Amino acid sequence: MAVPILKQGAYLIASVQSALTDADLLELRNALVEMVGRYRSRGVIIDVTAMDVMDSFASRTLRDIAHMIRLRGAETVIVGIQPEVAFTMVQLGLTLEGVATALDLEEGLAFLDRGAKKIGGQVGATS
Amino acid sequence: MSRELRPSAAGADVGAGWGQAPVKDVTRIPIVSDQDIVVARQKGRVLAQQMGFSNSNLTLIATAISELARNILRYAKRGEMTLGILQNNGRDGFVVVAADKGPGIADVARALELGYSTSGSLGLGLPGVRRLMDDFEIVSKVGKGTTVTATKWR
Repeated sequence: MAVPILKQGAYLIASVQSALTDADLLELRNALVEMVGRYRSRGVIIDVTAMDVMDSFASRTLRDIAHMIRLRGAETVIVGIQPEVAFTMVQLGLTLEGVATALDLEEGLAFLDRGAKKIGGQVGATS
Repeated sequence: MSRELRPSAAGADVGAGWGQAPVKDVTRIPIVSDQDIVVARQKGRVLAQQMGFSNSNLTLIATAISELARNILRYAKRGEMTLGILQNNGRDGFVVVAADKGPGIADVARALELGYSTSGSLGLGLPGVRRLMDDFEIVSKVGKGTTVTATKWR
C-alpha cells in the first residue's frame, strides 16, 4: 500500500507520502471504501500535502472516493492542497465539486468533529 | 507568443515535434506504464526548476506533462515524451513533446473541447494542457498517431 491509512477513533486518516501512480490512487480508493466498513468509521481524512501534482485523474479519483465513502455512510475531507496545486487545479477546471476540503489535518479533524454529515450533505447537494 | 493549432492537417508529419528550432538538454522518456507518468513529470519538474520557473509554474508544467503522458497510455498504450529547452531569440522555453503511434484523433477540434472524452474521463486533459501552457500544437493522423507539442516560456 503506497498510502498508509491510520485508524484514529471513528476516523480513518490516509496520508499521501509521495507521488502516486494511477494504480496507487485506485488502491487507496478500494482500501478506504473497504476499511470504512471494517472499522465502522464515520469520517475519512485524506491528507494530500505531499502530492506533487493533482491532475484530472487524481482529482477524479479523490472525488470518486468521497462520493463512494458517502454512499457507505461516512464523510470524507481532503486536506493539505498546496497553493500552487490549487492554482493549477483551477486552471484545469478541477474544482472537486461536492467534496469537502480543509486547510490541514487539524482543520479536517475539526470539520469531522463538527458533524460532517450535515455540512457534507449541504456541499453534496450542490453537485 | 501565439497559440498555434494545426488540427490533423493532411500530410502532417506526425512525430516531427518542434521543427527546426534549437533545443537543448533533451530528455526522452518512454511511456509504457503508469509509473512512467510519474517519472516524466518528475524529470520535467527538475528541468523546469533548473530553468528558474516559479513554484506555481513548476506544478503547472508537471501537471501538463502528467495529462499528456496519461493520454498516451490511455489511447495509444505506448509512446514517448521528450522534454527540452527551446531557445527562441534569447528566450528560453520549456518544451514537452508527447508522441505516439496510436489510433490518432479523428476530430481534433472536438478533442480540445472541454468535457469531451471518448474514454469516460473528465475530458479536461487536452484542453487543460492547452490552457496551462503558452504554446500548444497538436498534429494527429488517424491510424498513424498523435504528437502534441506544448511550450511554457520563461
